[in-house]
Amino acid sequence: MKEKLVLIGNGMAGVRTLEELLKLAPEKYDITVFGDEPYGNYNRIMLSPVLAGDKTIDQIMINDRQWYVDNGITLHAGKKITHINRVKRQVETAEGEVFEYDRLLMATGSRPFMLPLPGRDLPGVISFRDIADVDNMLETAKSYKKAVVIGGGLLGLEAANGLMIQGMEVTVVHIADVLMNQQLDKPASDLMLNELQAKGLNFLMSHETAAIEGKKRVEKVVFKNGTEIDTDLVVMAVGIRPNIELAQSAGIHCERGIVVDDTMQTFDPKVYAVGECVQHRGATFGLVAPLFEQAKVCANHLAQMGIARYVSSITSTKLKVTGIDLFSAGNFIGDESTEDLVFKDAARHVYKKLVIQDDKLIGAVLYGDTVDGAWYFQLMRDGTDVSSIRENMLFGQHHIGDSGHGATNSVDGLPDDAEICGCNGVCKGDIVKAISKHSLFTLDEVKAHTKASASCGSCTGLVEQLLASTLGSDFNDTPSKKAMCGCTSMSHGEVKNAIKEQELKTISDLMTALEWKTADGCHSCRPALNYYLLSTWPDYQDDPQSRFINERVHANIQKDGTYSVVPRIWGGVTNANELRAIADISDKYKVPTVKITGGQRIDLLGVKKDDLPKMWADLSEAGFVSGHAYGKSLRTVKTCVGSEWCRFGTQDSTGLGIKVEKMTWGSWTPHKFKIAVSGCPRNCAEATIKDFGIVCVDSGYELHVGGNGGIKVRATDFLCKVATEEEAMEYCAAFMQLYREDAHYLERTAPWIERVGLKSVQAKVVDDHDNRKILAQRFYESQEKSQDDPWAEHAAKQRENYIPIKQVG
Amino acid sequence: MQNWTEVGPVESVPKKGSRVMTTPDGDVAIFRTSSDEVFALFDQCPHKKGPLSQGIVYDKRVACPLHNWVIDLSSGEATGPDEGCTRAFETKVEDGLIYISL
Repeated sequence: MKEKLVLIGNGMAGVRTLEELLKLAPEKYDITVFGDEPYGNYNRIMLSPVLAGDKTIDQIMINDRQWYVDNGITLHAGKKITHINRVKRQVETAEGEVFEYDRLLMATGSRPFMLPLPGRDLPGVISFRDIADVDNMLETAKSYKKAVVIGGGLLGLEAANGLMIQGMEVTVVHIADVLMNQQLDKPASDLMLNELQAKGLNFLMSHETAAIEGKKRVEKVVFKNGTEIDTDLVVMAVGIRPNIELAQSAGIHCERGIVVDDTMQTFDPKVYAVGECVQHRGATFGLVAPLFEQAKVCANHLAQMGIARYVSSITSTKLKVTGIDLFSAGNFIGDESTEDLVFKDAARHVYKKLVIQDDKLIGAVLYGDTVDGAWYFQLMRDGTDVSSIRENMLFGQHHIGDSGHGATNSVDGLPDDAEICGCNGVCKGDIVKAISKHSLFTLDEVKAHTKASASCGSCTGLVEQLLASTLGSDFNDTPSKKAMCGCTSMSHGEVKNAIKEQELKTISDLMTALEWKTADGCHSCRPALNYYLLSTWPDYQDDPQSRFINERVHANIQKDGTYSVVPRIWGGVTNANELRAIADISDKYKVPTVKITGGQRIDLLGVKKDDLPKMWADLSEAGFVSGHAYGKSLRTVKTCVGSEWCRFGTQDSTGLGIKVEKMTWGSWTPHKFKIAVSGCPRNCAEATIKDFGIVCVDSGYELHVGGNGGIKVRATDFLCKVATEEEAMEYCAAFMQLYREDAHYLERTAPWIERVGLKSVQAKVVDDHDNRKILAQRFYESQEKSQDDPWAEHAAKQRENYIPIKQVG
Repeated sequence: MQNWTEVGPVESVPKKGSRVMTTPDGDVAIFRTSSDEVFALFDQCPHKKGPLSQGIVYDKRVACPLHNWVIDLSSGEATGPDEGCTRAFETKVEDGLIYISL
């Protein structure tokens, strides 16, 4: 016998919980759903476009009735549960039908708060909450002219906009002098007020309603300041209150909402609650993203996996109200201990305000241009020291030492065939279609379905904008913390800490101790775990099966399944004998393409896998070692000729480059790591777009870090200047070791430095002399084990892995 | 009657790994999971023909090394929202030896 699960409330939070539950334990429960409204589950945040006539009811259905049938769920749409008997574990409908449960899930949502005003029961006084309200408004608009919306929040403005489009003359009444005061400050609100007035909406700000008057139906609204306004319709949109009457009547502990713990359990262990009806650690909820996080956690516990916890933290809100992009997060008002950075361009309808406290970003409001919202939120969440970027940060991530990818920062005006994701060739129309067709709500879902922003990620901001504009006004994207992958709810940082604190030494120990949801992990977490263990424990036994193919076979896989071989050429300096050896080996193995790389060496492309060990043996004999062109590791040290030949050269950049490469080659890093040494400030080795760059000057060596010449071009930050080669090398070793220990897997130095702040790197590598020496020492020690040439070793011992197990025919 | 071809000992395929068997009709990838189950797929991803034998193996799945499509080892079907299928072959293990039905 399956256990019986009853869901009360057929809305977005409850049904999302069922969807998550079906993914985890499809056979566990017999599921019955009760909903007041005679529909399937629809997207409540899309009611505004329905009112505005942009969408129909059918278009906003998330789960139609067939979905319930397909998943074996019994749906009682239009049946209201009026009584819960927790002792007998039964629920009872208004008609007196009784149903039993083993577990009960309450997702009763919220109802609009109706101001206790005289006249509030008059016909023509309504709320804006469900399909019936929308029908009512559409009907009223046909025969009446004037409407008043009480409440200048998100919902009120959407209702006002919809009624105006339906032809009514609309006045918004707001008690405060700031519209949407949960999300906006005064200047942003003023911009919005101007824009909405220009569209034709009227506003009565700082007006408190005293009464609603009328004989047979509403005729006017009277205010406390003695003025009044004639109207045929009043829409109250002053807020929502959790729907807790049913829970209260069953004796379940409620305060403002149904009180739940971090597992979404109520005070009755058989009863769970999610969504707008709950109160978690004192907070109630009104936006979609937290509800979806709750749904995930609740499903996890209903499936008896028992590992997820709901933790609400600072949230960001990305909204689209009547066509205007808004973003706000954190403490965006500020106080006497904070500083504001403000940008305002009223003609372009753009306003940005960042609030900074103790060199950290703690709040943001963006109006009109929200493309950098996710970046600002990231800086807030990570507590990044922003002192080194504050002069430019208001202009967006693209202005932080990088020229970026593409110039588009708003998707609104783009045609459907505009390419959003250049890596995978995904157009705006494809993304919008996928979001509607598959009911996608998160960036990860869009990535999985369309591949947009799934490769290099530089279009993530645009994809997020498309999600916001397609899903409707109430879109909130950013989860409070980012899990490593679907196999765990822990973040990279938490996993790294656990490895040290719990002394986890192997991947399987780690997966057991940290309660991994999958037996073997996945292609995303296994390489990361292998790296973290490798970089934490010097005696860790590397797991080749957890490495991407390139690192497993020490060559780069190509589109046709062949490999490319890149021998190390120290500092980019070679000679006739080496070139002759490479030429002979290319002939011997019939290498189809020989190419000079950007890193000053030679790439032999199109080598068959079974030839790799033979070729490596020949290369070893000629004195070559692996170039690690395939690894998350040191790639090259690019040099210019320097003082040995160049008439401008100030130091021996080539010689120093070779020394640095001999010191650093073979080291594994979180992502690839490139170094360059230029002999003078003309910088022919392009050292200022490398992870670590040295620019020689007459008086010494300038050290630069965190550059990138790839997806986002980013010039380096200046770390410090030193006098001698020895110092330059020690700083290089210390910086690399800090990066190895501190960065997340697959995080290049550029985003790592932007996350932790240049100041914190300087504090550990430059200011603290002892710490620098300790870091460098750890680097040298780890290098003692990693500078055995993998090519020589594989050629000698592991040939079996490169040849077929069997040949037939 | 099924025609079984001997491939080789189970131990010669690494756990959570794969080896290739060449045939006149193209390469076949022989997989061994962490629980020592053995599967065989035509060594071409349905997406862009990537060699699945070179991918990362977890559970009963392999991630293609070219673009990370995830293929089910028993059915050869792409998982998740991706759609496509590569040919799967029946295998069996007897006395520590892998056999395949081509």
